[in-house]
Amino acid sequence: MKHDKIERNVGWMLVMTMLAISAGGLVEVVPLFFIKDTVETVKTADGRDMVRPYSPLEQRGRDIYIREGCFLCHSQMIRPFRDEALRYGHYSLAAESKYDHPFQWGSKRTGPDLARVGGKYSNDWHVQHLTAPRSMVPESVMPNYPWLLKTNLDLSDLTLRLKALRTTGVPYSETQAEYDRNVKQFGEEVAKTLHIPDAEKNLVAQAQAGNYDNNKDNISEMDALVAYLQVLGTMVDFKQFDDDYFAKFR
Amino acid sequence: MATANVVTGEQYNYEVIRKFTIMTLVWGAVGMLVGVYIASELAFPFLNFDIPYITFGRLRPVHTGAVIFGFGGSALFATSYYIVQRTCQTRLFGTGAANFTFWGWQAIIVLAALGDVLGHSQGREYAEMEWPIDLLIEVVWVTYMVVFIGTLMRRKQPHIYVANWFYLSFILATALLHTFNNLAVPISLFSMKSYSLFSGVQDAMTEWWYGHNAVGFFLTAAFLGMMYYFVPKQAGKPVYSYRLSIVHFWALSFMYMWAGAHHLHWTAVPDWTSTLAATFSIMLLLPSWGGMINGIMTLSGAWDKLRTDPIMRFLIVALSFYGMSTFEGPMMSLKDVNALSHYTDWTVGHVHSGALGWVAMISFGSLYHMLPRLWNTEMHSTKLINVHFWLATIGVLMYITAMWISGIMQGLMWRAFDDYGNLQYSFAESVAAMHPFYVMRALGGAFFLAGMVVMCYNMAMTIRKGNTDGSLAVAAA
Repeated sequence: MKHDKIERNVGWMLVMTMLAISAGGLVEVVPLFFIKDTVETVKTADGRDMVRPYSPLEQRGRDIYIREGCFLCHSQMIRPFRDEALRYGHYSLAAESKYDHPFQWGSKRTGPDLARVGGKYSNDWHVQHLTAPRSMVPESVMPNYPWLLKTNLDLSDLTLRLKALRTTGVPYSETQAEYDRNVKQFGEEVAKTLHIPDAEKNLVAQAQAGNYDNNKDNISEMDALVAYLQVLGTMVDFKQFDDDYFAKFR
Repeated sequence: MATANVVTGEQYNYEVIRKFTIMTLVWGAVGMLVGVYIASELAFPFLNFDIPYITFGRLRPVHTGAVIFGFGGSALFATSYYIVQRTCQTRLFGTGAANFTFWGWQAIIVLAALGDVLGHSQGREYAEMEWPIDLLIEVVWVTYMVVFIGTLMRRKQPHIYVANWFYLSFILATALLHTFNNLAVPISLFSMKSYSLFSGVQDAMTEWWYGHNAVGFFLTAAFLGMMYYFVPKQAGKPVYSYRLSIVHFWALSFMYMWAGAHHLHWTAVPDWTSTLAATFSIMLLLPSWGGMINGIMTLSGAWDKLRTDPIMRFLIVALSFYGMSTFEGPMMSLKDVNALSHYTDWTVGHVHSGALGWVAMISFGSLYHMLPRLWNTEMHSTKLINVHFWLATIGVLMYITAMWISGIMQGLMWRAFDDYGNLQYSFAESVAAMHPFYVMRALGGAFFLAGMVVMCYNMAMTIRKGNTDGSLAVAAA
């Protein structure tokens, strides 16, 4: 067919252009939803999933992380290089962000990677650092976030949020059957924290027990954000796997 | 010759183009001002002032939204409506619909900026707008498509001019990308909050399929459309090669969509995906340079115009930056280069050599060409166009030089080992080393912004003496 025919006819132009621009996505994006090896299987010896959905408090912390645009300066994706292994830890697995709606891998490290920041620093360090970063790291260019300590965490739409996440496929449970499935998949302790009818109770309990912001009188946005930061990268116990186990998925 | 086509009133719908033209410059100035501010925040963090609404994390999407969609988007609406009417020799289809695209698009930019500062974010780069705004974009975009295609369908020329192929491809691709990247579940009909439908690997792949092609179609294909009209017009020469334009148009449209995963090298995305993306990214050099060559060679035999015509200078320097950044891009998509460049300021520098050097410069040149024709007058000052040109050129060079140095330095510091095999630098040391370059980048941005302000002044003065009476427009044509 001569090109002349296409450029004389809007219909042909539309069809040919749609074909040209659709191919890439069909071949590169769509298969990722169907190829099983895309996301690793990461289970304990007794067959339970190591990577679990976030508890209600952690998820609310994640919401604040997104609200403040933290991902614009902090990545959550460690690459398989020697320097990154020394600086940040084991490279990130696909499985570790499988409940992340949206993903927060980031594209820029104005600040360091946070994929495995969980457990690296104390709660007190995080609170002080988030309130006044340069009091902990003089070279830092991070903004101060003093309002996190002063603002109470909004719990009014907590169940709506978890239900929306459930719709996207995160295994939060609403019914007894779903709860039982979670017990099998994650163990009883985790399954309890994923039960939407008990979400608020569980959130309060975790905030009280964790006492993230060193103030038991209220549940602040700081409680939630620190709870989220402290769980990042801690779910997979790499000691339970051979060194080359994860390589075969890549 | 034009009088034969006049039915009633104005031959062309210039009214909507004038409005988009003015807003292009307004959003350019606003977006670049915010850019200079957030660049200064990185150099001097006290500028965050402990105010949630102006912290870097919330203002950065205001900057990207205002420059990409406000400045770039309005420039594309304006030029596409201008070009499609002139090359089809027919009036724009749907006056009301075209007007709706103007007001709708402006509302989107304002609402997006408000959403950003208030902390309503989807957490996706360049797609931070929450679901209600996304729906509005969808409606405005479909209307735009109807107006554009409707105009093509009633053209008085048998052929669709090459510039319109690029605009059409951009409109279709943007619709496709926007729709699939923003699939999300709102938590309620009365809340701005939503969660992305996909997660982890699939979400990352969708986002960068979108993100890279926002560059490929919104910021490249469409601006090539602009180039294909205004370069030949301003040079007074036909396009260098018709055959080259066909080959590079189809190659560009086909290949760009494969390249997104080069933003995800060495991540948890499967190797086959990012390798495939790198392959296509390297091949993309050919259609990209095809466009550059076609543009620059159009000037062959008229090179002397570069000495006298500052508009021509904008257009040709834009094409040079386009050639440079489309060489840099494939290079950065090589896995070994990317291992160093990714996560660093080098990426930021690369984006800006494209955004300031190519997108903004080609827009400036095109708008300077259009302004006197839209308002039936002469530009207020050619000298000020020249001043703008030099401010912009110095600004972009300072900007990208600063980011090259700081980016490569960051990458090297992060991977440096001492004699005992330990990391040589803490992360904080690399942050401290960036300071002088962050200052230099902010200064470069300030130069570019100053040029933008000069252009706004020049436009305002031109409009003041302009004439938008329809009957006169026909007479002048």
